[in-house]
Amino acid sequence: MAAAEKQAVTGAGPFNGLLTWIDQRFPLMQTWRSHLSEYYAPKNFNFWYYFGSLALFVLVIQIVTGIFLTMTYKPDAAQAFTSVEYIMREVPWGWWIRYMHSTGASFFFICVYLHMFRAMLYGSYRNPRELLWIFGMLIFLCLMAEAFFGYLLPWGQMSYWGAQVIVNLFDAIPVIGPDLAIWIRGDFVVSDATLNRFFAYHVIAVPLALLALVVAHLLALHEVGSSNPDGVEIKNVKDPKTGRPLDGIPFHPYYTVKDTFGVVVFLVVFSMVVFFAPDAGGYFLEHNNFIPADPLKTPAHIAPVWYFTPYYSILRATTDEFVLWVLAPGVVAFALLLIWSMKKSATRIAVGVIAIVLLAGLLSLDAKVWGVVLMATSVMIFFFLPWLDRSPVRSIRYKGPITKTALSLFVIVFFVLGYLGTESVTEGRTLAAQVGTAVYFLFFFLMPWHSKMDKCLPEPERVTSK
Amino acid sequence: MKALVVLFALAAQLALAAEEPVRLDSAPIDPRDVASLQSGARIFVNYCLNCHSAGMMRYHKLLDLGLTEQQVKENLLFTTDKIGELMNVAMTRKDAKEWLGTAPPDLSVIARARGPDWLYTYMRSFYRDPESATGWNNMVFERVAMPHVLWTLSGQQVQEQRKFKNMEQAEAVGRQQKSAWKIDVLTPDQAGKDGERFILKTIRTETAGSLSQIDYDIMVRDLVNFMTWMSEPNQITRKQVGYVVMLVLLVLLVLTYLLYKEFWKDVH
Repeated sequence: MAAAEKQAVTGAGPFNGLLTWIDQRFPLMQTWRSHLSEYYAPKNFNFWYYFGSLALFVLVIQIVTGIFLTMTYKPDAAQAFTSVEYIMREVPWGWWIRYMHSTGASFFFICVYLHMFRAMLYGSYRNPRELLWIFGMLIFLCLMAEAFFGYLLPWGQMSYWGAQVIVNLFDAIPVIGPDLAIWIRGDFVVSDATLNRFFAYHVIAVPLALLALVVAHLLALHEVGSSNPDGVEIKNVKDPKTGRPLDGIPFHPYYTVKDTFGVVVFLVVFSMVVFFAPDAGGYFLEHNNFIPADPLKTPAHIAPVWYFTPYYSILRATTDEFVLWVLAPGVVAFALLLIWSMKKSATRIAVGVIAIVLLAGLLSLDAKVWGVVLMATSVMIFFFLPWLDRSPVRSIRYKGPITKTALSLFVIVFFVLGYLGTESVTEGRTLAAQVGTAVYFLFFFLMPWHSKMDKCLPEPERVTSK
Repeated sequence: MKALVVLFALAAQLALAAEEPVRLDSAPIDPRDVASLQSGARIFVNYCLNCHSAGMMRYHKLLDLGLTEQQVKENLLFTTDKIGELMNVAMTRKDAKEWLGTAPPDLSVIARARGPDWLYTYMRSFYRDPESATGWNNMVFERVAMPHVLWTLSGQQVQEQRKFKNMEQAEAVGRQQKSAWKIDVLTPDQAGKDGERFILKTIRTETAGSLSQIDYDIMVRDLVNFMTWMSEPNQITRKQVGYVVMLVLLVLLVLTYLLYKEFWKDVH
């Protein structure tokens, strides 16, 4: 389209001329309209729908505070710990910047977990939003990497030994493991070389990927449109004259004002932690991390920060007994279930072969390997939710008792595993974590069946008001 | 794999005979009590800051405790002659290791790692132990390398053990103690015929020091108060700023809520 053909911008008072000038050279108004003022979002968003914009808000907090921290932080094993205390004591308002960043890390996970739970409640990942969900999961993975790399930087005991434990997990991979672990660390133990490269990942590599994925996530969302607590498509019922969805309202100004209110509520909670309990009782800033890293003194009790503890529990729960008495029979039972429900004989044979190979691996390889595999699976399995969920309806509002029970159980188990991951190991706790791990995986692996056989209510034509 | 099973079995055995951790006394500290903080600073500089550094803390920051530059220079400045210097010590880590077996940790943020209750109990839990290198041991930190630096003030303590048949009895007696106590639990095999499996360990003053126990406790309180303040000298400012921020946010909360409701009036 030639520049002159575009209409002049109106309604911006003294800025009409400037905006017209820009709009003739850049798709300004088109972008504004398609993503804000004429992006129609369902009018029935509830509490759970705040956390997407809040996660974006925390991302901004993390980037801005991160830039300021980088100005005075020293990524050097001899100076890192002291430079953090320098920020806390001598940089003007440094303590505030640092506490916002450390508290922001935890709140990022709180927002993202609640955002993901929202998708599970209302089936937001269902067709046609699978790719949107996949982008979201990739953001989650980046966030985990970002948190892991960042946690090494203060160079306290937990930073150091946490990184040591996690990098050593790669050591468990057969054949290439030991070399891979050295390659990641850049040394035989976690050291200055590791700190420097983790710093590079934390401030450049991962944030770049994160930002690109956030853009992709939003583009995918605006392509298919937002789902809602009823799980029905607002696109299906449009005003015949204007072509606008009857149950949709423009994102701007309706959701921009609503989300602004959400941001202030968030800031109230966030500031309570930042100003009055920045270590959150040892959950956001661990006590042991106020002791400088000492490669010669292994702490008696190593625990990751709370947001990783459910997966850490699964790792620790995978003992030899668990592999033998739970995992191996589980693989056999699941293979039989699959073979029973498959129609084609070729797929049946394939399932059988895979099961036998898995079984052979389970019985021959070390339990540590399977712990790592289970931990990785416990995160990756979320990617498959759009295909595991075969319920005729999307939203929990119209799903039956089986799904409701299963999801409640999953939430309870997620919290229990999270708690157990912060505690030291005892016999009773390991047993609890093993039961939790079994329930965690059963939730996902049985979903294709339990979601389909559940007695669901019919979905409404239009969204319902609260 | 078998080794792991054996380890688990061993760990289970050990767990039965394990020592219960010391019940920590709650430290009666108050970061707003300036007199206590000043007294704590004096004790810290005189007794701790010879072996331990506080290398992330600047002498100048002591002015926040209501002291003048002159007062700090005359009373608290022993390891350097410039008030802008960090609280370092002359002893090198290498020497320290040779002389004491281990380098004394820097104490700048130790209160955030250990917690005030731990420090308060630790400083009041040394006892005479002829088997240790320094002649001292500690209820909270078994076989600690640090000798009891304040012993002329606190006097000399010894450990006492009493056996009980059940946990409740042992705990009841323990709770009456004015200083640290812990209970070790033996396995039934170790306990022998009388079945007294619960050993209450307490400490008792054998020779008095120059301070009464109450005065010594107050002195340790001041020291721990100072160390807790030193671990985050901006903590008072942080809370003060916090109240202002909360106030502003609450106003914003009302405004944004009204804005939201106004815009949404026509959505049905």
